[in-house]
Amino acid sequence: MIWVVLSLLFLSGPVWAGEAKPLADDPVAEARLKHLAVELRCLVCQNQTLADSNAPLAEDLRREVRDMIAKDMSDKEIIEFLTSRYGDFVLYRPPVKATTALLWVGPFVLLAIGATVLVITLRRRAHKVVDVVVTDEEHRKVEQLLAEGGKRS
Amino acid sequence: MNRFLLPLSIFVVVVGFLGIGLTLNPREIPSPLVGKAAPEFSQPQLYDQEKIFSPNDLKGKVWLLNFWASWCNGCKTEHPVLMDLAKSGQVPIYGMDYKDQREEALTWLQRGGNPYSLVGVDEAGRVGINFGVYGVPETYVIDKQGVIRYKQIGPLDPDTVAKKIIPLVKQLELQ
Repeated sequence: MIWVVLSLLFLSGPVWAGEAKPLADDPVAEARLKHLAVELRCLVCQNQTLADSNAPLAEDLRREVRDMIAKDMSDKEIIEFLTSRYGDFVLYRPPVKATTALLWVGPFVLLAIGATVLVITLRRRAHKVVDVVVTDEEHRKVEQLLAEGGKRS
Repeated sequence: MNRFLLPLSIFVVVVGFLGIGLTLNPREIPSPLVGKAAPEFSQPQLYDQEKIFSPNDLKGKVWLLNFWASWCNGCKTEHPVLMDLAKSGQVPIYGMDYKDQREEALTWLQRGGNPYSLVGVDEAGRVGINFGVYGVPETYVIDKQGVIRYKQIGPLDPDTVAKKIIPLVKQLELQ
């Protein structure tokens, strides 16, 4: 009896292994789709890429991209297809344009402002630290005090 | 006093920016299609599946194209607004049944009334993709030359209809 159960268990292994279907028959096309889809934003769940999202629109768009790959269109043509319909918003790396200038330059502008403020503050602080002139009288007093301290211990 | 002036002014500017950010709707993505010719399509009609619905038949007219579906929640809120607009007869509304089951779409129109002059069926969602639809309902105002003039993302409400759609349609009809 136990042998029957065991053999069934082992035999069922390969059957289960067949369950997970590949997304497409062509692994090269699928690799291209993945490569493109991680660069594209899903418009329904805006913080997910087209590759991650399970939204029906994302599925449809993956289907469209797959079709375009099958038609041997270039990455540029495919991205143009999507931006002409959904705008630059679908791109996770927006192009450098007048409207996106602040987005690209903004962090560097902030960095420059921060650096300027830092330099100015440091310079001001440097001015505040003035060399104190020690007179001979004071010098002698200090030495005397130190000498006394040495004797006590 | 002077010590606090700079941080305070920076704080006020940041609050200002964040405040503006709160009033913006991240779902309203400006469509690159506004001002461009509406994409071509020829889809089967919902009632008479043998017949074709194509925007070419509507050249010379100002019309609305409304993407909807029986499974769509926003369409429920929008439906009475469309019914009122259709009754007023100010602009013809054409429907595109987006990724829907035929039976359910027919039941929907039977229950809530049919505001559409004609309904096309976009079962695979391809027309939707060509129009840059990413969530139903979406409504497009298309002029006499077949150019998209306005895109409404999400349900139309009486206020938008009265303040944006109707004045735009009237202006386009004069052209």
